Amino acid sequence: MPRSLAHACRRLCCLGAGILLLGACTPQAAPPETLRFWAMGREGEALAQLMQEFERTHPGIRIEIQQIPWTAAHEKLLTAFAAGTLPDLCQLGNTWIPEFAALNALEPLDARIDASAAIATGDYFPGIWDTNVIDGRLLGIPWYVDTRVLFYRSDLLKRAGIPAPPRTWPEWARALGAVKRAAGADAYAILLPLDEFEPLLALGLQQPGDLLGDSGRRGRFSAPGFRAALGFYAGMFRNGWAPANRAGAISSVWAEFARGYFAFYISGPWNIAEFKRRMPAELRNDWMTAPLPGPHGPGASIAGGASLVMFRPSRHARAAWSVVEYLSTAATQARFHELTGDLPPRRSAWREPALAGDPYARAFREQLERARAAPKVPEWERIAGEMQLAAEQVVAGRTDIAQATAALDRRVDAILEKRRWMLDRKAGR
Amino acid sequence: MKPQAAAWLFVAPALLVVGVFFVIPVLAGFALSLTDFDIYALADPANLRFAGLDNYLTLLATPLFWQALGNTLYFVAAGVPLSIGLSLGSALLLHSRLARWPGFYRTVLFAPVVTTLVAVAVVWRYLFQTRYGMVNHVLGQAGVGPVDWLGDPRTAMPAIILLATWKNFGYNMVIFLAALQAIPEDIYQAARLDGASARQQLVRITLPMLKPTLALVGILTMAGYFQLFAEPYVMTQGGPLRSTVSVLYFMYEEGFKWWNFGIASTAAVLLFALMFASTWVIARAARGAGPRARQAGA
Repeated sequence: MPRSLAHACRRLCCLGAGILLLGACTPQAAPPETLRFWAMGREGEALAQLMQEFERTHPGIRIEIQQIPWTAAHEKLLTAFAAGTLPDLCQLGNTWIPEFAALNALEPLDARIDASAAIATGDYFPGIWDTNVIDGRLLGIPWYVDTRVLFYRSDLLKRAGIPAPPRTWPEWARALGAVKRAAGADAYAILLPLDEFEPLLALGLQQPGDLLGDSGRRGRFSAPGFRAALGFYAGMFRNGWAPANRAGAISSVWAEFARGYFAFYISGPWNIAEFKRRMPAELRNDWMTAPLPGPHGPGASIAGGASLVMFRPSRHARAAWSVVEYLSTAATQARFHELTGDLPPRRSAWREPALAGDPYARAFREQLERARAAPKVPEWERIAGEMQLAAEQVVAGRTDIAQATAALDRRVDAILEKRRWMLDRKAGR
Repeated sequence: MKPQAAAWLFVAPALLVVGVFFVIPVLAGFALSLTDFDIYALADPANLRFAGLDNYLTLLATPLFWQALGNTLYFVAAGVPLSIGLSLGSALLLHSRLARWPGFYRTVLFAPVVTTLVAVAVVWRYLFQTRYGMVNHVLGQAGVGPVDWLGDPRTAMPAIILLATWKNFGYNMVIFLAALQAIPEDIYQAARLDGASARQQLVRITLPMLKPTLALVGILTMAGYFQLFAEPYVMTQGGPLRSTVSVLYFMYEEGFKWWNFGIASTAAVLLFALMFASTWVIARAARGAGPRARQAGA
């Protein structure tokens, strides 16, 4: 037995020496470092092109891109977390950051950003940057932004005697009333699909105070601010300015906008390209974008978009960070805008001619200065759904605003029960 | 080897599969329903709390759960008789000697069963479209004002029931057709000699002979309809005003959208209990009807 063991040992040693020799024979010392990068939707396709350029300038790093459809992304990320197979680098919708922060899956980036020459914090729109800061720690770098502005038909406004897009709620209400009067019984002034929470959320964010109180422990929807927002929102239906429809009832937003079924529409940057392509030629100069009106002057809007995050533990954190820096330079962001139409989060990238010369993008540029983060709790997506359900109930006339917001607060408090328990336990320790 | 040991050996593979893929997951699901397992517990097991029966009490105090239960019962109560009635009716028509090209119609009526629901839903959404949909166009010809089928909480569930019935009735139709063909022709001949009318033949011979099949189809259809999910998922996403949220849809949202596996498992256990009870009732009723059906056949 010992003899055969020694024999086996000797053979193993020989094999080891052989491998070492083989290693010594190959010319380069280190094989390229391979990074796994997950990206979603259209951005994933554009990323493949950008990363080819990156690999040319960084021969030591190889990027393995995996494209994930948005609809499957959330589940896949959570499953990967449970299995411990998260990638080194990932595109993450910024409303998902609080959730992955709660999972403790994200690498804090504060130290890296302090040492970085490529990324200047002050160049970013503050509201967008803020969505990446959870409990004082920076967990992602904004990659592209998404906010909501007004798309409007300038010819229909003119017909109704409105020379310029509204800047305040009272002006807006006047414009909506005038457009509806001019439009007649079969058309409306504004389209607000009842199953989309973003317009109401934007109106809510325009109010002082937060939508959740006590550092995300309880709902604050019955505060006067949100009640005013819901009142204004529901009023647009009650006055007959908006059709009480869900998104499914409109077969094509672009066709209906062209037909004049509505004159105002609250939507995001992707619709710039869509409207440019789909509006008939004779209406090409009859639509424009404008920042969202606020209660007393230009108002806030939502701070959406996606960020670049690094999952931990990653053995390639340094290489991953160099990819983040590369994608965050103003020049790469301008190129990314060319490829996807996504809007860049850095002010300096907006000076590139493609964006600076686009009249439709101007409203977004102005709005982004006033973008405001939604409450940063993992439960937010669900709370936003509950908020919209309460609004739908008010619009349907099943309840009034005081009752609806009180009931909403109760439901939100129930959703946040676990969070309260955890925060209190942590504080008690 | 004793015969009994041999028997166990033979069923062992099947038992193993049933155990691994059914018994263990069901027990794990039940265990989950006694905890508040969620995204926080996934991050750190210390965040897992034993809830005992709290989830059950919470769920029974959740208005949305009751609404989902009500919606599901509405769907079952209206959809199952409608679907079975349509299946039986079309099977009788196809079986009739007066029917021309029965093979062609059988294929056409069975086609919805093998189509993909998601593709079909796109077409049906257009049919139900408020301003340009064909359903409202036809109603408009009859002088009925436009109905916001999928946007009105009163009509969304009927629209879903219509879609589900159309999609599923072909399957049961084929089963009924097979059962009809198995009824011996000489019984009808004897009845005709006795002067029985077509109606009497249907009520006295066909339906009693179909009773075991009816019970089987009833149980299968009901079990399937209790698990309503895909239709509201692709047509309405549970809306408007939660009027098409079914128990399974509720479970899906709690579990896979919000990652509250505790509550989701609780809903699953309750749905299982409900389905078990109602299937048992039907099975009991069918067993009571069985001997008489055989007498009629004898």
